[in-house]
Amino acid sequence: MKMEFDIASGDFKKAGRASSQIKKVLKQLQVDPKIIKRIVVAIYEAEVNIVAHSFGGKLTALINGNSIEVTLTDCGPGIKDVEQAMQEGFSTASKEVRDMGFGAGMGLPNIRKNTDEMNVTSEWGVGTTVWFRNQF
Amino acid sequence: MKLSEIISLTNARLVAGKNVESNDVTKAFSSDLMSDVLTLDEEHILLITGLANVQLIRTAEMADIEVVLLSRNKRASQEMIDLANEVGLVLLETPYSIFRASGILYSNGLPPVY
Repeated sequence: MKMEFDIASGDFKKAGRASSQIKKVLKQLQVDPKIIKRIVVAIYEAEVNIVAHSFGGKLTALINGNSIEVTLTDCGPGIKDVEQAMQEGFSTASKEVRDMGFGAGMGLPNIRKNTDEMNVTSEWGVGTTVWFRNQF
Repeated sequence: MKLSEIISLTNARLVAGKNVESNDVTKAFSSDLMSDVLTLDEEHILLITGLANVQLIRTAEMADIEVVLLSRNKRASQEMIDLANEVGLVLLETPYSIFRASGILYSNGLPPVY
């Protein structure tokens, strides 16, 4: 099963719609609630990252048998130093994003914590792709 | 702790949620930082917060939080109430500050997450 969502830059009211839809599907598939939580927290963090930091992007979720693979690609601006961005506490978030309860530099580390496999590739001036996979 | 006890101890108002009697909580966490809430591994917890926006409801949905207490007369918007009802979240409003609500619930036996 393939699910695709467009994620608009700055649209915080819609952030979480993709995660919510995917959560419903995983519940229907009777996946263990503890694993659902790991997956949807990772997806929500990644969704918020696109809304908060990028010019907009796309999320694709592939559910096959007993695994889910999620790819999020944005249209830039990209991450200057991916290794630094993966460190807990590092953040480039605006005051607006922080006022909404995010931007503490915990998103990417939390995605890593909640996924079985994760990969981030980014080119400054081009864009970022976050990929992860979970078994269930 | 029973929801009715939380409501009575914090002088709270129920603004969203059904099945109130089946939503007992085992622990509580107080935070305005959603990034922190998303790192919790616990279930059946109460979140006490001063943050009143749609992201709060989404965060609670993803983190499997069943009950949220908005402190110091923060009002839930209609959008928040609608979304809370849609995702099955109990939403409460208290006139007490986060500190006061947390203190009362803690001293009445509700343990913290950390």
